[in-house]
Amino acid sequence: MPFDISLTTLLTQVFTGLVLGMIFVLLAVGLSLIFGLLTVVNFAHGSFFMLGAYFGFFVLGFTKNFWLALLVAPLLVGIFGLLVERFLVRPLYGRSIDDPLLLTFGLSLVLVEAARLIWGKIGLTFDSPPALVGSVNLGFTHFPSYRLFVIALTALVLLALWLFLERSDLGLIIRAGARDPLMVRALGMDLGRIWLLVFGLGSALAGLAGILAAPMYGVYAEMGVSMIIQSFVVVVVGGMGSLTGAVVAGLLIGEVVGLTTLFAPQLAEIVIYLFMAVVLLVRPSGLFGEAGLFE
Amino acid sequence: MVRIAGWVAQHPILWFFAFFIVFPFLVPYYALATQVLIYGLYALGFNLLYGYTGLLSFGHAAYFGLGAYGTGLALARLKVTSLWGGLAIGLLTAGVGAAIIGFLCLRRRGIYFALLTLAFAQLLYFIGFQLAHVTGGDDGLRGIPTLPVALPGLTIPLDSPLALYYFILALVGLAVLGLNRILESPFGAVLQAIRENSDRTSACGYDVNRIKHLSFVFSGLFAGLAGSLSAIYLRIVPIENLYWTTSGQVVMMTLLGGAGTFFGPFVGAAAFLVLEDILSVFTESWQLIIGLIFMGFVLFLPKGIWGTLVERLLVRQTTVEPDAGSDRKGRSSPEASARP
Repeated sequence: MPFDISLTTLLTQVFTGLVLGMIFVLLAVGLSLIFGLLTVVNFAHGSFFMLGAYFGFFVLGFTKNFWLALLVAPLLVGIFGLLVERFLVRPLYGRSIDDPLLLTFGLSLVLVEAARLIWGKIGLTFDSPPALVGSVNLGFTHFPSYRLFVIALTALVLLALWLFLERSDLGLIIRAGARDPLMVRALGMDLGRIWLLVFGLGSALAGLAGILAAPMYGVYAEMGVSMIIQSFVVVVVGGMGSLTGAVVAGLLIGEVVGLTTLFAPQLAEIVIYLFMAVVLLVRPSGLFGEAGLFE
Repeated sequence: MVRIAGWVAQHPILWFFAFFIVFPFLVPYYALATQVLIYGLYALGFNLLYGYTGLLSFGHAAYFGLGAYGTGLALARLKVTSLWGGLAIGLLTAGVGAAIIGFLCLRRRGIYFALLTLAFAQLLYFIGFQLAHVTGGDDGLRGIPTLPVALPGLTIPLDSPLALYYFILALVGLAVLGLNRILESPFGAVLQAIRENSDRTSACGYDVNRIKHLSFVFSGLFAGLAGSLSAIYLRIVPIENLYWTTSGQVVMMTLLGGAGTFFGPFVGAAAFLVLEDILSVFTESWQLIIGLIFMGFVLFLPKGIWGTLVERLLVRQTTVEPDAGSDRKGRSSPEASARP
């Protein structure tokens, strides 16, 4: 029963939930950024996550260098994202808001099936980098150092993203573009290029999440499928288009899943949707969403 | 060609029956014909919500699955001895499910709606998975008996594949009649008004949210009937009936055929299933090809096979599919329409 669980187990599980939450946050921030600016819901985001893991696996295989793979894989996924925006999503601007969702849904099927065809149906194992094998004594327990690294790196990436959006000129244009695209264009900005860039950035974040998740959860063609649906829940709970919402909801849902796994494992996959239903009843616009925005 | 299309448009239901009565003899085997009927009905229900009301659901597997499990559990576990009873329980399950989930999903409009429907369908999938002692879990629900059809003074056994096909055709035909009735009614006109401009419909004094909810429930009932028939036909309910891929399938079928046209969903379901049938002989990766075709349709043929045909062949005088040719720009968001 729940009460037999020691404080140590509880704290360990809190950390495990935090790691999962960080992966959710990386995915949800990308989704939210792309949606906030382009009003495109990228169903293929989960496939980009999967591509990040596979690209990382192969760069690692060629170079034997995890750090290089960690850099190159998200970059490759980012470039892939640029191509997707330019050639597949762009023709759909001005049409119904559902159309990009439908298109990227088709794309996600194609990518998962292509991954099965190219890399096989059997999952691959992805070893943690040698420097991060083993565990660190946190005082209450020994926690895998790789997972601590994931927490730290994600926090750093989020800080960098925040500085980029809040402090740089480009970030200013991006924020303005999300609020009033017409006015930004009237001021002479080429929003088309900004959209392209943001789509690439969001895709790269999904790729980063993929390679970071690979040593923990394994690499297989369907790895993005459950991730994307759960990331949608994160975005709905946080409020679509809100980056703060994506971060808070991502961590919250990571913890909800982590702690449910401890107390009632059979409910772990169900609780996230129940949580969403409750948020929806109490605050229909999400924790940080503004009512009426993007409707 | 034009005259044939005109006749079809004037007597759609008659042509529906004429076509599907001979259909089993046009395809390689009866199973494919039955599948087309069941999935066509499923897509028909989805189309009521997406094509006519303008609400994109990515979670219709929920109602297909609820219908299938409702009927399956009634016949296999509760030992209901009447086929009609089993069907009624399936419909009731799907209807109640659609009423509850629809209420929750309609709290958010626009793109959230698609994501919420998807999430709730996944919730049901995991519940079905966890309740393995009731639903059979991963193995599927087995042991559904094939009961005879009991009519007043008449009992028809459904042992042969062809008898089963015509029984399913009769029910699907009734559903098609029902849908035709809904769409021809003032209620159907309001649905399409909501699709074109929900704010204006609201300003005309209609309770838009309640009408959307009704459309959601109707749509869930059609999908549920399709699920019930699938359970009776297959005599097993696989857990995949609730999985998101089943939701994705109906989206693809409807768009391939033509969303917002009356027969588009049937054309799409037939195209999808025949394509799957042919492709899976040659390659395991048939989904890759269907995915690519689907992307091509979204990009270049958004009106689908039937929608494009109707538009090309019919002159504007038809009364049956007045919306088939109209474009759907009215639904795009203000953000989107500000774009180049």
